[in-house]
Amino acid sequence: MSTTASRRRGYGRYGLELVMAAAAVVFLFPVYALVTLAMKDPHRIAGSPLSPPLPPTFANFSNAWSSASLGPALVSSTVITVAALLLLITLGSTAAYCLARRARGLGHGLYILFLLGIVLPFQLGMIPLYKLVDSLGWLGTYHGMVLFYTGIQLPFTVFLYTGFIRALPPDYAQAALIDGCDHRQAFTRIVFPLLRPITGTVIILNAVLVWNDFFTPLLYLGGSGKETVPVGVFSFVGQYVSDYGLVFAGLVLAALPVLVVFLLLQRYVIKGFAGGLKG
Amino acid sequence: MNSLPGSATSDPGTAGLGTVAEAGRPGRARPPRLALPRRVRRDPTVPPWIFLVPALAVYAVVVLYPSLAGVLYAFTDWSGVGAFSFVGLDNFRTLLDDDRALESVGNTLLLTLAVVVVQNGIGLLLALGVNAEIRSRSLLRAVFFAPAVVSPVMVAFLWKYVYNPDNGAGLNAVLGAVGLGGLRQDWLGDPSLALWSVAAMVVWQYAGYSMVIFLAGLQGVPAELHEAARIDGAGTWQRFRHVTWPLLAPALTVNLMLSTIGGLKLFDQVYAATNGGPGTASETLSTVLYKEAFVFGKFGYSTAVALVLALFVAAVSLVQLRCLRAREVTA
Repeated sequence: MSTTASRRRGYGRYGLELVMAAAAVVFLFPVYALVTLAMKDPHRIAGSPLSPPLPPTFANFSNAWSSASLGPALVSSTVITVAALLLLITLGSTAAYCLARRARGLGHGLYILFLLGIVLPFQLGMIPLYKLVDSLGWLGTYHGMVLFYTGIQLPFTVFLYTGFIRALPPDYAQAALIDGCDHRQAFTRIVFPLLRPITGTVIILNAVLVWNDFFTPLLYLGGSGKETVPVGVFSFVGQYVSDYGLVFAGLVLAALPVLVVFLLLQRYVIKGFAGGLKG
Repeated sequence: MNSLPGSATSDPGTAGLGTVAEAGRPGRARPPRLALPRRVRRDPTVPPWIFLVPALAVYAVVVLYPSLAGVLYAFTDWSGVGAFSFVGLDNFRTLLDDDRALESVGNTLLLTLAVVVVQNGIGLLLALGVNAEIRSRSLLRAVFFAPAVVSPVMVAFLWKYVYNPDNGAGLNAVLGAVGLGGLRQDWLGDPSLALWSVAAMVVWQYAGYSMVIFLAGLQGVPAELHEAARIDGAGTWQRFRHVTWPLLAPALTVNLMLSTIGGLKLFDQVYAATNGGPGTASETLSTVLYKEAFVFGKFGYSTAVALVLALFVAAVSLVQLRCLRAREVTA
């Protein structure tokens, strides 16, 4: 009886394995089309677009790399993302440290004020902010974008850090202060190293968001020669829209850096996305 | 957690040491409270406000000031340049007469509803699947989640090919190949389909995101509870309904909030896939406010639409938080 039951459960497991594999195949169809078309010349795309690309051509990739100017776009995206992350980590963690230890009165009020920023759609302030950045002469610059992402993502970053710091015992920092550290030293030497797990989450969630953002860099960086990857891809696709092989080779190349980082850091990325939001 | 009864005295050194020593002796009553004034003086171990200043300054410049200005401009006829005058509620009256804007409100709500229901439904099924002891679970988890880290604009371009109206391309070609040629559609070109096609694309990209959040919830369900229910004779469905489901409430809250807010604000995918078309069939609040500002130069009206969107988002998040927090239980 128990053996039949466990055998039945074994069959169930294989059945589930099959169902899930089938789901994955259906799910991956767009990706198959993407890679297949990227490896075909226009004649074969016109003839039989979805047959396996045998033998594959790689001409699309080199053409796409240069005509989408992906090199410069990757540099822009990297500069903006890294700078915004550094600022978010610095400003977010210090602000949260202050707010976490001031959970009442003004401290609480300011915390709520930060949380408001998570709910507010950025479209509400989109035009006044655009005008402001324009009047500063910061359109088409890296620092304009970095300032934008730092401000827009601070509420969420402060929220993540504050939740984490509240769960930490304050004793370490207090001991450091008693031993003669000033507040800045206590934070940089004692508190900040303790924040490593949540800093990882902050990096992952903000990096994905900043790297992939499209609308604001289109508005701020369009035509400046400093376009980020999504903006570069957007104008590239607009230009070569009928040449699917070329367009898809560009999409593959543009998505590859993110996907490689994701696959390397898979466990952390998934954990960051799954856990970071629960506060 | 913080057991520094004397930390508010003027000498933090002795207070701290005293507490550490005190804490080492179990069973001992708290040391008698020093006669402190009721309003405790500043605790020198609380970080000074200067820690908050840089973040608050950036937040004020990038979010608070522009949002407040946005609320203000919603009541003006500002065209983006030059002077403007206050027009009271005119922009909102215009909105009520503007068929395109009204249709966009309906579209935004329908799109959000479809994305929320389908994305979370599929996300939950996927989570249950990869939570079971199957060999491919970690591979599948990575596969289903991967689209969530790719730029939405790029996903939209990929799906524009999937939705190619040509019979020999994309989804239509697959339907033809498996003998379902009758189901071929002009997915993005048919006004009655375009919105749902966009929704399906969004679901494809983010179902894996819902999955990982549900998965984290499932992994928090204690195995003993399942075992106990099994011994009591509960079947698979009953165990899901009465053990797993109630304990998934926190994950469900997070998922519903994220997908609702994301759905209401959705822009990149619609802009890249249909730009609101054909006609106004897939116009949403965020595409309308974009066009009013940057195509028609009606900045005042555009911020009025943005304000409506902001109110929707705020209302939905508040209601969801209230309702869902009420049914959360802990293991």
